[in-house]
Amino acid sequence: MASTLKPRDTRDVAEAVAWAAAEGQPLEVLGHGSKRGLGRPVQAEHTLDLSALSGILSYEPAELFMTARPGTPRAEIEAALAARGQMLPFEPIDLAPLYGAGGGSIGGIFAANLAGPRRFKAGAARDHLLGFKAVSGRGESFKSGGTVVKNVTGYDLSKLACGSFGTLACFTEITFKVLPAAEKTRTLLLFGLDEPAAIAAMARAGGAPHEVSGLAHLPAAAAALSQVGYVRDAGKPVTAMRLEGTAISVAARLEALRGMFPGIAQEELHGMNSGRLWTEIRDVAALLDAPLVWRLSVPPSEGAATVARMRSTGAPVTGWLYDQAGGQIWLGLDGSDAAADKLRRELPRGDGHATLIRAPDALRAAAAVFQPEPPALVALTRRVKGAFDPKAILNPGRMWAGI
Amino acid sequence: MTLAMPKPDAEAMARLPDLLTRLKGVLPADNVIVDPRGLKPYECDALTAYRQPPLAVFLPETVAQVAAILTACDALGIKVVPRGGGTSLSGGSFPLADGVLLAMGKFNRVLEVDIENRCARVQPGVTNLAISKAVEHLGFYYAPDPSSQIACSIGGNVAENSGGVHCLKYGLTTNNLLGLEVVLIDGSVIRLGGKHLDAAGYDLMGVLTGSEGLLGVVTEVTVRILPKPSTARALLIGFPSVESAGDAVAKTIAAGIIPAGMEMMDRPAIHAAEAFCNAGYPLDVEALSIVELDGPPAEVDDLMQRVSEIARDCGAVSIRASNSEDERLAFWAGRKAAFPAVGRLSPDYLCMDGTIPRHRLAEVLTGITRLSGKHGLRVANVFHAGDGNLHPLILYDANLPGELDRAEAFGADILRLCVEVGGVLTGEHGVGIEKRDLMGTMFDEIDLAHQERLKCAFDPNHRLNPGKVFPVLHRCAELGRMHVHRGQLPFPDLPRF
Repeated sequence: MASTLKPRDTRDVAEAVAWAAAEGQPLEVLGHGSKRGLGRPVQAEHTLDLSALSGILSYEPAELFMTARPGTPRAEIEAALAARGQMLPFEPIDLAPLYGAGGGSIGGIFAANLAGPRRFKAGAARDHLLGFKAVSGRGESFKSGGTVVKNVTGYDLSKLACGSFGTLACFTEITFKVLPAAEKTRTLLLFGLDEPAAIAAMARAGGAPHEVSGLAHLPAAAAALSQVGYVRDAGKPVTAMRLEGTAISVAARLEALRGMFPGIAQEELHGMNSGRLWTEIRDVAALLDAPLVWRLSVPPSEGAATVARMRSTGAPVTGWLYDQAGGQIWLGLDGSDAAADKLRRELPRGDGHATLIRAPDALRAAAAVFQPEPPALVALTRRVKGAFDPKAILNPGRMWAGI
Repeated sequence: MTLAMPKPDAEAMARLPDLLTRLKGVLPADNVIVDPRGLKPYECDALTAYRQPPLAVFLPETVAQVAAILTACDALGIKVVPRGGGTSLSGGSFPLADGVLLAMGKFNRVLEVDIENRCARVQPGVTNLAISKAVEHLGFYYAPDPSSQIACSIGGNVAENSGGVHCLKYGLTTNNLLGLEVVLIDGSVIRLGGKHLDAAGYDLMGVLTGSEGLLGVVTEVTVRILPKPSTARALLIGFPSVESAGDAVAKTIAAGIIPAGMEMMDRPAIHAAEAFCNAGYPLDVEALSIVELDGPPAEVDDLMQRVSEIARDCGAVSIRASNSEDERLAFWAGRKAAFPAVGRLSPDYLCMDGTIPRHRLAEVLTGITRLSGKHGLRVANVFHAGDGNLHPLILYDANLPGELDRAEAFGADILRLCVEVGGVLTGEHGVGIEKRDLMGTMFDEIDLAHQERLKCAFDPNHRLNPGKVFPVLHRCAELGRMHVHRGQLPFPDLPRF
């Protein structure tokens, strides 16, 4: 009989998992369930719902960390940080617009290792998880890491836990690094660059000492869907470069950045429009109508060529945009074929991967949502899974069939 | 010598000729050292209190040779200790009497500099500084800068997740890696990451970083390189007490300022450094802090102003701002020479490495002074104050019977104090053999078992660097056992729907 277990505390979680291990009953581990669309659908009779493990336990702005229970809503975390002028530096994508299932929990953000446009400068969720407590598939509660940034005491299991989608352990408490939010944000827009030229411009900007914290390129079709007038009404491709920092610093860097691109039509966005544009880019607003969405991660210089090759396969690509200097590409497809093999063949050889971010359940059950790994890595992945979850009861199949 | 290593396995040692036979044709004779004179230089790393010649030293030059060595050692039951520059302060590459030392120094080529993708692909034996040197002419550098950067290898940096003075703003090694090639003990070669970000799948690169050579042998590293900041300036600030200095650090960060580096030294360290290199440090202060700010000139000038104001509000008695690159480097000269400077005060010293929450700094320093009295040994303190990473230097004389033991007991007390106030045993030097027996102060048996099982997933027979990090070597079969009680529902009142 299907059931949902809703533990109230760590002990409940440990007991629930110990029971599942003893009975060989797989569990679908969920925070708020907002990211069930990411990964393969889990086939499990029972659900372990961690949403009651909620609340901020410790927040020391001057120490630059926060400790919270995994089920704490993202909105609650962000509000608490904003009240003290701080933020989650890795700017996690909000999947609510893509999946329509709410803003999710802080535990889910780390379990899925999310990040956003600031990724190439500030890192991903994995770079910010300082420590955690969790219950492994053995039904045992354990801890790793601490509350300080500099810590090499024992293996860095925080890295392993991030992006493991609850397949190794269930968080019961997480401690993460936070940073002061920038005083000022400005965005330089360059109009009319074709994709190879945009990639080159973003590489130049990223290679200059101006500390850009966002580099994205919207082809004309994606730009036309923006809510920001300057972008929507451009009628051309738009390349966006973000600067953040103190007022004096941003002004100086903006001037220097503008000077790098003489002869190219430019515009400058201030705080509110900047915020709106980078939220759209982060949350892939331009592809919300696409039934299938892929996320590609490639060396930035390969971005434009990769998209060109994928379009030439005949797969029904309807829209795309480049984030992270071209290193992260969002690709929207029409129809009901994920074209996984066809698209993956066009990734740069040995250096890139593709994740199926949005697709109906049946398709995600059939296609490889995450990039298939070579045999030696699959074998190691299985052994790591077995080390934490020997009975394979935590989110089985969420990442790969049979793991 | 108080730290015991596992008893050497005489049978395994007797199989050395078999090992050499197996590797004939794979590893040239010039790349093998077995005679005692040749082994001598390899008998220790930078934890020089401990010495032990290895069974043999192998100096591979290709990935295939590394794979062949690991496969053969695994098959013959011979242990392997990987070594980069040999600069570990925690004994991470301390040799084993019954193990071969895998010295990676011949993997010393920069394979590729890719400015478009802002990365460099290098072999693990390349030194940390050599990476910055290789990209310097293009206006780039590699950010993590441990103080041993002239000598330490990038492979060793990966193994130890090395930091440095600039990691407050730019992160540790783990935050600056894009890809790794690793050989596992079974000889298989895996590639993790690349020039792209956030590879799919478990973050094995993340967990290999800082694993102290217990999980695999790194044969290639792709690092992120950064454009050099247009300006860097430093402030040299003297405080009448460590409390006021600590207060200024906390208030700077609370004001939303993340300096490129924020260092602090206490009175004994200031005096030692000044005597050693005439850096121009004030001698009438109890604490000195160096704050470096980098970025565009306008930003740096602005932040120098703000940081100075905060320092003054906290009671700073002297503030100097660097007005030239020479002056900035002079400010750093004393701090960078602090270890050798303290070394002149005493025949030997132990360098500790705990991290604490910033706001407990003054309290921990008071505690260290108290412990100094208790153990009857002097101590000088330098810290990466910005991230709460302390390096107390304990002065002792190894020639006096019992002094090393006392120094180690003092060090252990300091680290226990760090853990007590919510900190950790090691911020950047690693556990190695030095802090191995203290792991229990931070982790319980269950925590440690979860870490050890990860080791088993990579190296089930404990061939790679055994005797490091974990206080007890458990057999993997024993760790894997699960005691389950079937048929009972032990949580009758758990809400169900």
